Amino acid sequence: MSLVVESIAKRFERFPALNGVSFNAPRDTFVALLGPSGSGKTTLLRILGGLEFPDEGSVRFADLDWLSLPARERRAGFVFQNYALFRHMTVAQNVAFGLSVRPRRQRPSRNAIARRVEELLTLVQLEGLGKRYPSQLSGGQCQRVALARALAIEPRILLLDEPFGALDAKVRKELRVWLRALHERLGLTTIFVTHDQEEAFALADLVVIMNKGKIEQCGTPEEVRNAPKTKFVAEFLSSAAP
Amino acid sequence: MTAAIASLAAHWRNPSALPGFALSFGFTLFYLSAIVLIPLTALVIRPWSLGFAGFWQILADHRVLAALRLSFGGAAIAAGINAVFGLIVAWVLVRYRFPGKRLLDALVDLPFALPTAVAGIALSTLYAPHGWLGEPLSELGLKVSYTPLGVVVALTFIGLPFVVRTLQPVLSDLTQDAEEAAATLGATRLQTVVRVVLPTLTPSLVTGATLAFARAVGEYGSVIFIAGNLPTVSEIAPLLIIIKLEQYDYAGASAIGVIMLTASFVLILALNLLQYWTGSRR
Amino acid sequence: MKKPPRRSTEDHPLVRVVLSIVAIGFIGLFLVLPLTMVFSQALSRGLGVTLAAIEEPDALAAVRLTLLAAAIAVPLNALFGISASWAITKFDFRGKGFLTTLIDLPFSVSPVVSGLIYVLIFGLQGWLGPTLREWDIKVIFALPGIVLATMFVTFPFIARELIPLMTDQGREEEEAAASLGASGLRTFLRITLPNIKWGLLYGVLLCNARAMGEFGAVSVVSGHIRGLTNTMPLHVEVLYNDYQFVGAFAVASLLALLAIVTLTLKSFLEWHFAEEIAAAHHH
Repeated sequence: MSLVVESIAKRFERFPALNGVSFNAPRDTFVALLGPSGSGKTTLLRILGGLEFPDEGSVRFADLDWLSLPARERRAGFVFQNYALFRHMTVAQNVAFGLSVRPRRQRPSRNAIARRVEELLTLVQLEGLGKRYPSQLSGGQCQRVALARALAIEPRILLLDEPFGALDAKVRKELRVWLRALHERLGLTTIFVTHDQEEAFALADLVVIMNKGKIEQCGTPEEVRNAPKTKFVAEFLSSAAP
Repeated sequence: MTAAIASLAAHWRNPSALPGFALSFGFTLFYLSAIVLIPLTALVIRPWSLGFAGFWQILADHRVLAALRLSFGGAAIAAGINAVFGLIVAWVLVRYRFPGKRLLDALVDLPFALPTAVAGIALSTLYAPHGWLGEPLSELGLKVSYTPLGVVVALTFIGLPFVVRTLQPVLSDLTQDAEEAAATLGATRLQTVVRVVLPTLTPSLVTGATLAFARAVGEYGSVIFIAGNLPTVSEIAPLLIIIKLEQYDYAGASAIGVIMLTASFVLILALNLLQYWTGSRR
Repeated sequence: MKKPPRRSTEDHPLVRVVLSIVAIGFIGLFLVLPLTMVFSQALSRGLGVTLAAIEEPDALAAVRLTLLAAAIAVPLNALFGISASWAITKFDFRGKGFLTTLIDLPFSVSPVVSGLIYVLIFGLQGWLGPTLREWDIKVIFALPGIVLATMFVTFPFIARELIPLMTDQGREEEEAAASLGASGLRTFLRITLPNIKWGLLYGVLLCNARAMGEFGAVSVVSGHIRGLTNTMPLHVEVLYNDYQFVGAFAVASLLALLAIVTLTLKSFLEWHFAEEIAAAHHH
C-alpha cells in the first residue's frame, strides 16, 4: 500500500498554500513532513485526511482514488495538534467512538468494543484510565488517548499533526521513542508533520522538506543531511544544528 | 478600638493603591439596600402576618393554583419551544453566511427592546379571531387568543433572545477540530452533530432555556392582552397579584409574590450549580 | 475540475436551506410580524389620525411622564453602576461574588412583584403608609413610586455591563495614574471613563429602553390616573382596553420606534466598538 502524491495544488483566498507537490512513500514507511510554519505541511496532511480539498492533483493510496473518498470513508487515523478529544466523553468513550458510529451491520458488539478499548488503552499504556475525562489527564496522556482513538478504527494510514507540539521536552523524547517502537510493531504507513528537524531525523524513514508550498527535498535522513539539494535545505538544517 | 476595626477590615479586603473604596462600596451597598434588599424583605415578611396556615390557605385556593400552574406550565412549554428554535436560529446565525444575516441577528433582541405592552397588544391583534394569523388559524380550528395557547405564544416571544444569546458565543467559540475528528473516525454528519456537537452545547442550552423560563414565569405585559384573563383558564399568576392588590389584599398578593420569588431563587441557584458542575468537568 | 466535495464540518446543502428557512420563518412569525402589526394598525386610518392621537393631551402627558421617569432613573442607575463596578473590579474583598449576584437579582424578579414590594412599603397599608399619610406625601400612585419601580427593574443593566468590561481592563492604568500622583476623581475622569465610555453608553441605552418601556412594575404603583400617572405603556393599555385601537397603536408605534432606534444603536456599538464593550457581547 504505497502512497503516491501527485502535483497537489491548493490556494486559500489569496496565497497559494501548496504549489504542485509530489512525492512517493513506499508501504509502511514513517514519513516526516518537515518545514517552517506556513510551508504548507499541515495543509498537505489535512488533504490526505480528507479535511481539505486540493484544487489540482491526485493521490493514490491502497489502490484507491484517495481524494474521491470523503473523510469518513478513508479510515485515516488523524491525530490533531491539540488532540481534539471529545471533552464530554470519558477516555473509553473517546476511544470507542469510531467503532460505535459504524453502521449497525459492521458495528462490533458492545462487549467486543469494550474489549477492543481495553486492548488499545493497554497498548498506549493508559490501563485503568478509561473512566476519566480528558480534563483530568496530562498533555502526554491526552496525546496517547488521541492515538488510541485513531488506532481503534483500524486505520489504513496514520496522520499526525505536530504530535508532540504541545508537550514539554522530556515527555516529547519519551513519547518519540515509544511512537517509533509502536510503528515498528504495527507496521502502518505513518505521516507526521513537524517543524523540529531533530524530531524528523530521529523518527522518520523518509523526510520531506517543505517551504512555501513546495517540496525542497525528499529523501532518507542520511541523504538529506549529507547532501542538501537546495540552498534553503542547507540553511534550514544549519539553523538548528547542535 | 480603631486598631481592632482596622485589622478586621484588613482581613476583609486586600490593601490597594487605588482610592475610593469606602465611597464606592458604601454607595453601592446603600443603593442596593434601599432599592432592592429592603423592599424585597418587606415582601418576604408580609404574608406571614397571616401565619403559616393563612399563607397556605391563600395558595391552596383553586384560582391561585390554576394561575400558578398556567404561569409555570406555560413558561416551561415556551422555554421548550425556544430551546428548539433558539438552537436552530443560533446555529444558522453562527454557521451559515447569507445576505441579511446581520439584520436577522439584530432582530433577535427585539423582545428585549420592545416594551412588553406593545408586544402584548400586537400579539393580541395578530391572533384575534379576525387578525392576520388568528383568522387562518381559527379556520384550522385553532383558537389562540383568550386561551392558554395565547399565553404560550406571548411567553415564546419574550423568551427567544435568552436562548439565542446564550448559545451564540459558545457556538462561535466551539473549534471545529472535534467535528473533524469525528469525521475522520467515520461518523456521518448527523452522528457528529448528535454525539459530538449537541452534548457540548447542552449546558448552555439548559442555561438559556432556564433564563427564558425564569423570565416567562413572571411575565405580565405581553401576556395579559392576548390571554383574555379568564379566571382558572387563562389567568396568569402576576395578574392575580394585581387583582389581589386592587382588593387591598396585601397579604394574599405577597403570598403569591413570595412563591414566584422563591422560584426565581431556586432557578438562580440551579444555574450556578450547573455552571459549577460543567466548570469542574472541563 | 469538478466541484470540491463538502467539507466534513459543513451541513448538507438541503439541511442548510431547511434550517435557514426555519430560523427566518420563526423570527418572521414571532418577531417581525408583531412589529409590522404595530405600524400597520397605527396607520390604518391614515397618518393624520395617527398624529392626532399622539398630540392628544393625555398622550402628551404620558410621553412627558415617561421621559421624566427615565431621566431620573437612568442617571441614578448609571451612578450606581459606575460606583458598584469601581468597588468590585478595582478592589479585592470577601463576598464579592455574593454582591454581584445580589446586583443581578432584580432581573429574575417578576415586574409585578417589583411593583408590589414598593406598595408593601409605601402603600396605604404598607410599613410607612400611615406616616406618609400624616405628612401628606404620596409615593404610590404618584411620580416617586413610578420612578422607584423603574429604578428597580432597570437596576442591574449598567453595572452588569461595566463589571465584566472593567474586569477585563484590569487595574494597571489606574495604578500607574495613582503612582504619578493623580487624585482619585482625576484618575477616574481621565483614565477609567475614556476606557469604559462605549460600554457605559451601551448599558445606558439598554437601561433607557427598558425604563421607558416598563409596564408591569409601573402598572402596580401608578394607579392609572389619566393625564397624571400614566406612562406611555400604561396609556397604551388604557386606550386599548377602551377599544381606541388606532390611538393605542399610535402611542405604541412611538415605543416601537424607540425599540428600533435602540436596536440600531446597539448593533452599531457592537459592530464598531466590539473591544470596548463587555466581553459577554462578542459574537
